[in-house]
Amino acid sequence: MTVSVLHATGIQNAAWLLLAFPLAGAAILLLGGKRTNSWGHLVGVAMPLCAFVYGVIAYFAMLGYPAAHRARELTIYQFIDVGRFQIPMGLRLDQLSICFVLLITGVGSLIHIFAVGYMSHDPERRRFFGYMNLFLAAMLLLVLANNYLGLYAGWEGVGLASYLLIGFWQYKPAAAVAAKKAFIANRVGDVGLSLAIMLMFAQFGSVTFTGVDSKIGSASHGVVLAIGLLLLLGACGKSAQVPLQSWLLDAMEGPTPVSALIHAATMVTAGVYLIVRSAPIFDLSTGAQLAVAIVGAVTLLFGAIIGCAKDDIKKALAGSTMSQIGYMMLAAGLGPAGYVLAIAHLLAHGFFKAGMFLGAGSVKHEMDDEVDMRRFGGLARVMPITTVTFGLGFLAIIGIPPFSGFFTKDPIIDAAFARGGTSGALLGTAALIGAGITAFYMTRVMFMTFAGERRWDDKVHPHEAPPIMTGPMIVLAIGSVGAGAFLYINNRLLDFLGPLLLGSPAANGAVFSDWSWATLALVLVGIAIAWALYGRREVPVTAPAGNPITVAARKDLYGDAINEGLLMRPGQWLTRLSVYFDNRGVDGLVNTLAAAFGGTSGRMRKLQTGFVRSYALSMLVGAVLFVGVLLLVRL
Amino acid sequence: MNHHLILAGPAAETTRLLAFWVLAILAVSAALGLVLARKAVHCALFLAVVMLSLAVMYVMLGAPFLAFVQVIVYTGAVLMLFLFVLMIVGISAADSIIETIRGQRFWAIVGGAAFAVLLSLVVAHATIGSAAPASAQFGNANLTDLAHLIFTKYVFPFELTSALLITAALGAMVLAHRERTGPKPTQRDLARQRIASGRPAPLPGPGTYAQHNAADMPALLPDGTHARESVSAVLTGGATAAGPDAVDRTEPGALPAAPAGAGQEAGEQW
Amino acid sequence: MVSPTHFIAVAVLLFVIGAVGVLVRRNAIVVFMCVELMLNACNLAFVTFARMHNALDGQVIAFFVMVVAAAEVVVGLAILTSIFRARRSASVDDASLMKY
Repeated sequence: MTVSVLHATGIQNAAWLLLAFPLAGAAILLLGGKRTNSWGHLVGVAMPLCAFVYGVIAYFAMLGYPAAHRARELTIYQFIDVGRFQIPMGLRLDQLSICFVLLITGVGSLIHIFAVGYMSHDPERRRFFGYMNLFLAAMLLLVLANNYLGLYAGWEGVGLASYLLIGFWQYKPAAAVAAKKAFIANRVGDVGLSLAIMLMFAQFGSVTFTGVDSKIGSASHGVVLAIGLLLLLGACGKSAQVPLQSWLLDAMEGPTPVSALIHAATMVTAGVYLIVRSAPIFDLSTGAQLAVAIVGAVTLLFGAIIGCAKDDIKKALAGSTMSQIGYMMLAAGLGPAGYVLAIAHLLAHGFFKAGMFLGAGSVKHEMDDEVDMRRFGGLARVMPITTVTFGLGFLAIIGIPPFSGFFTKDPIIDAAFARGGTSGALLGTAALIGAGITAFYMTRVMFMTFAGERRWDDKVHPHEAPPIMTGPMIVLAIGSVGAGAFLYINNRLLDFLGPLLLGSPAANGAVFSDWSWATLALVLVGIAIAWALYGRREVPVTAPAGNPITVAARKDLYGDAINEGLLMRPGQWLTRLSVYFDNRGVDGLVNTLAAAFGGTSGRMRKLQTGFVRSYALSMLVGAVLFVGVLLLVRL
Repeated sequence: MNHHLILAGPAAETTRLLAFWVLAILAVSAALGLVLARKAVHCALFLAVVMLSLAVMYVMLGAPFLAFVQVIVYTGAVLMLFLFVLMIVGISAADSIIETIRGQRFWAIVGGAAFAVLLSLVVAHATIGSAAPASAQFGNANLTDLAHLIFTKYVFPFELTSALLITAALGAMVLAHRERTGPKPTQRDLARQRIASGRPAPLPGPGTYAQHNAADMPALLPDGTHARESVSAVLTGGATAAGPDAVDRTEPGALPAAPAGAGQEAGEQW
Repeated sequence: MVSPTHFIAVAVLLFVIGAVGVLVRRNAIVVFMCVELMLNACNLAFVTFARMHNALDGQVIAFFVMVVAAAEVVVGLAILTSIFRARRSASVDDASLMKY
């Protein structure tokens, strides 16, 4: 459906400030250098806060417009102006992008404040904030751009920022490798996105959202399917969905605020944003939609299974992130019925996942940078605030009513089953089972970290984190508790986003549907099993051998092995072959040519005997040839 | 008397033919002799024969002036210059027959033969008509017509070649000049040297015998041996005109043997 | 009947013999003499052509050739003597410093 897009008016005309604030922060901190070390972090926190303030103002301005006219665009400048290839660079403020803006700047500001305390001992804190602001600027460009090319520019920017931040502690080889891995996996996805953009331009002559939306109806089925699948590939790369999921767990090498902001709340959700933004394309291709839903379903199980076997708290949460984004993709793949559900879960996930990551960061900070949960245990006694905030996030993610996850995850399961047919049944079953496994491994994390006997030795002295760190965690916990309900009840988010994404807004279903009872039952089963294994029994400090599934899950379900075997080794052989060919073939050719010349000249110089008479002989022979040729010509 | 060309008219045809063939064979054989002779002086003499036969051919072709110039200038001056330089360099510098450069002789002959064949082909293809009827410019008026041509149409080359001749003469003087390293010995110094050398008397002359009388026959000493000093070292190849120590590195010639019976005869006479 | 072709043939023969002589002889003066032989052959050709074309230009050219040959012999032999003074050898093969 096409939405009428008007020109921005009033305060929304200054929307470029949303980009300008974090960009200025990044510029000041990165270009200012060591001089800004003492006050750099203050600038780093102030910029996201300013952007958040503006975001709120723009949001309230938007609420003032009638529901059908809330999509506004403003043009900043003409990016490309070459013949037929005209790309204006503009910002689009509509309901979808304002949701993301508030999430990014709001949660982002909280995490920045947390990072001031978390990174207080790090001498490179200023550079950290510079990179974080750079990330914010790129992410905001991604969600605010009014054309796919601007989105792609933001896409690349967040990829760069992710690389810089994962590898922040460059001296650690593991971090450097993880950063490279993340960047390369993202790049594979980026190929998909760029091909999609090229295809769009070739077919429609335009890459703006309005342009594509208006012309997509005229394209053939094959083209729409192709664009959809290519966009899906791009989304897989950025959101760590199967088959491009291998980088997310390694990305935990970065500082915890990075994991919270980028790899939980915002960057990894960019894929979902892309799919939802491209709703007109996906609405026209059932094949692409089914592919999205399948990818989501597979990934949610994938991530859940991996999360069960990880002893590193951050990696367990990363597996959980992968799984929850799978839920969002599944919802987005269900078509108009699921777009709003996906965004709702995304917003709620932003709160509780970021909150849990900050909790994990606080634990890690207090435990001397230890992340192995087998060395935690009984932290509830010494870190009460962390326990409570983490616990609220835990309750939200597993979907216990009335916390957020219940209102956002269960409708997805409902919608999957409501799709009908075998696909609906399979997708719904997968989501259902995933919910149970989620409950299991999240409870495992809770028990291993906060409950039971202490397993840490006397060298570490954990106590509660300082207020600068607990403050943001508390705020996020409030969101974990109430965000879901806030969005779901009274169809608030549905009414807000509906005019943009859906043809005719349908009302949300009842809160307690049949499937939500089944989900709750499975969740309680999962909690029970986890309690039996980890709450009641002693948790061994060294990891036991485990059954084959556990071993496979510890190895990320062989994701790395598959990548290596399928792609890396053939690539290596190819490069070795190329090197061999270059050395023997190309160099050989060149060297042979040189040697041929050298050899020939070595032999030819024997003609120079030095004797005048032999020179005279050659003159005579030359004269003979000359006369002969002349004769031949004249004959 | 008919001052036209003496070789005009039908009766002169056989004369012309005979003359041509004789001259041609002579010239070619002399040329071959020039190339094949071992001693350089023989080569020079063969060249003289070639030049002279060519001069007669020029007469046949109606270029009497050129014929005389050939004899006087070319043979008489240039060739003599060759002989002088031969004396300086050393007449005994005989080329050895052995060819040092591999394949040189073979390829030279092949190349030469090929060149001859090609040129013959060229000549055969060219349309060479018969000789033009004898006009005065090839006979009595040859000199005046030549002069007319030289001093009108070819005056510029004429001037250039005269400049060339002057330059050549100067160049030769410069190149052949020898710096005197010490002061020129005066007559007093020469006389002193002569007395001090142990031989105040002049060198003996060559021998004169009944059957041989040449500058290179050695005289006989009272005891019957040859007097080396009686023959100029230049002629024996023991020295060159450049100086007694300027000996050519190729095999020195031996003194020509005095006639066998000369010794007895001379001994008896003495 | 003696046609100019005969004379040309003689000239060709003399020229070729002279060329081969230049290549084969080692004594510098003899080489020079062979060059003179070649020049003489050219002169003969020129004079023949003059007769053929019924113009005296050929003879004038032959005349100039003689002049130039004389000048050339003068300078060449002067060079030869100075070389001989320096090296005591009149062999053409001794000047082989350009050998590879």
